[in-house]
Amino acid sequence: MTVRHVDVVRAGALTTVQDLGRRGHRHLGVPRAGALDLPAHRLANRLVGNPDHAATLETTLAGLAVRAGCALTAAVTGAPCPVRVDGRPAAWGAPVRVERGAVLELGAATHGVRSYVAFDGGVGVAPVLGSRSRDLLSGLGPAPLREGDTLPLGRPCGPAAAVDTVASPGVPRELVLPVVPGPRDDWFAKDALRTLAIGAYRVAPASNRIGLRTEGPALPRARSGELPSEGMVLGAVQVPPDGRPVVFLADHPTTGGYPVIGVVPEDRLAAAAQARPGTPVRFVPLRRGAVAQPVRTVPGAGAVMPS
Amino acid sequence: MTETGTGAGTGTGTGAGTTAVLPAGMRAVPVGRRALLVEVETSEEVAALHGELLRRRAVGALPGVDDIVPAARTVLVDGLDDPQALAAELPHWTIPRPRAEDGPERVIRMRFDGPDLDEVAQVWGIAPGELPGLFEEIVFRVAFCGFAPGFGYLTGLPGHLRLPRRATPRTCVPAGSVALAGPYAGVYPRSSPGGWQLIGSTDAVLWDPSREPAALLAPGARVRFRRAAR
Repeated sequence: MTVRHVDVVRAGALTTVQDLGRRGHRHLGVPRAGALDLPAHRLANRLVGNPDHAATLETTLAGLAVRAGCALTAAVTGAPCPVRVDGRPAAWGAPVRVERGAVLELGAATHGVRSYVAFDGGVGVAPVLGSRSRDLLSGLGPAPLREGDTLPLGRPCGPAAAVDTVASPGVPRELVLPVVPGPRDDWFAKDALRTLAIGAYRVAPASNRIGLRTEGPALPRARSGELPSEGMVLGAVQVPPDGRPVVFLADHPTTGGYPVIGVVPEDRLAAAAQARPGTPVRFVPLRRGAVAQPVRTVPGAGAVMPS
Repeated sequence: MTETGTGAGTGTGTGAGTTAVLPAGMRAVPVGRRALLVEVETSEEVAALHGELLRRRAVGALPGVDDIVPAARTVLVDGLDDPQALAAELPHWTIPRPRAEDGPERVIRMRFDGPDLDEVAQVWGIAPGELPGLFEEIVFRVAFCGFAPGFGYLTGLPGHLRLPRRATPRTCVPAGSVALAGPYAGVYPRSSPGGWQLIGSTDAVLWDPSREPAALLAPGARVRFRRAAR
């Protein structure tokens, strides 16, 4: 086989192909999808000389192993994990040369949830509606990886970044999520935003690419009845009948009928992508019109150090 | 009250069809930092507002907006630099009422063989054999999509023909099922669980991401159902 490719030796718990996602199709019921930790996805691409829109692999906790069908350069970012090439330790957060036939392996994440693997040239599966991302809600894009799969790679398009190493993200003690109130905060009891702010929430095990589910105090409603289905945005904090807020991530449904008490700004969702079940969640309601301050506790948001 | 800065929304002519249906009762609420949810009172107003937003985007008046999502009583505009600015501008728009001939027409050939057909006919107070003729007369419009890619919520069902959902949803509704619930009709693009009343089925491919357009029924399309030959 002369086409550049990798073969999947171990698929891991849930490994999907992801890029920047599908834009402009939500009116047809198509979620955006795309890498949950976009800064980590972009960084991995930069490390191997790819443009941002090249497709990477997003792993979930358990890593993966692929055999290189050609000589290639790879880079691993996002959740920190041991990286090995043919059993020998290799760098996390830096370009790694993998010879044809060698096995690149990511061990279990030491912290965080999702690691990203970029290959020079990007994963070259056929795009669907302009994106190679797997959307787990509607089933668009390539199926999650399975052992024995062959993934085509694109043609390398540039030199790898001149980089020694990337700062490894620390272990965040808690997930801090700023929330812009609305559009349906008036559907909740007066003290609901306060409950959201001071409640002891934790990341629930049922969290996935569709939403970060939480355990904690229920948010009481002021209004009963149903809200006619309305458009949903990335980061919407939707409150189903059990009262436990769900933060919508990339594969979220495009419309929904449960009220949204607030919205987490998109640039703060990478941290949600890396928060393990049980991690304390602190919601910080903002004044409407206030601007969220950036924080740097996000796996994958480490700065690239010039060599 | 005519907003002339963009030149949009003027291509549909003048006369009875262009009566402004907004902004009486309209409410706009920011959603996060980049989106605006505009709430109106009827699905016709949703269609009018959605059409106007599409026209304005087409002439470059909504830079950055990548998603305009109509729904039951709202239109979501996502990708705005300044949602408040659009909210302030909206009340000054003159928005033409959608005309009956607007939007592409889709004819869906179907068989009236759904498991709930007899029950639906009974609720409607007609004989099962009369249902196809009645259904064929209705001109539907795709109000919005959701639930699954390519699933359109079709409005147009007369008020007295509205139906409740089934008390117990089916665990598997076959792809191509033509179904009714509340004020809506719809066609399942793929098999899935569902609580709508099934009156028939079609071989039409509702959703094919490799086709252009991927969705047979996109918001704004007019839809008529016809009995399949044989």
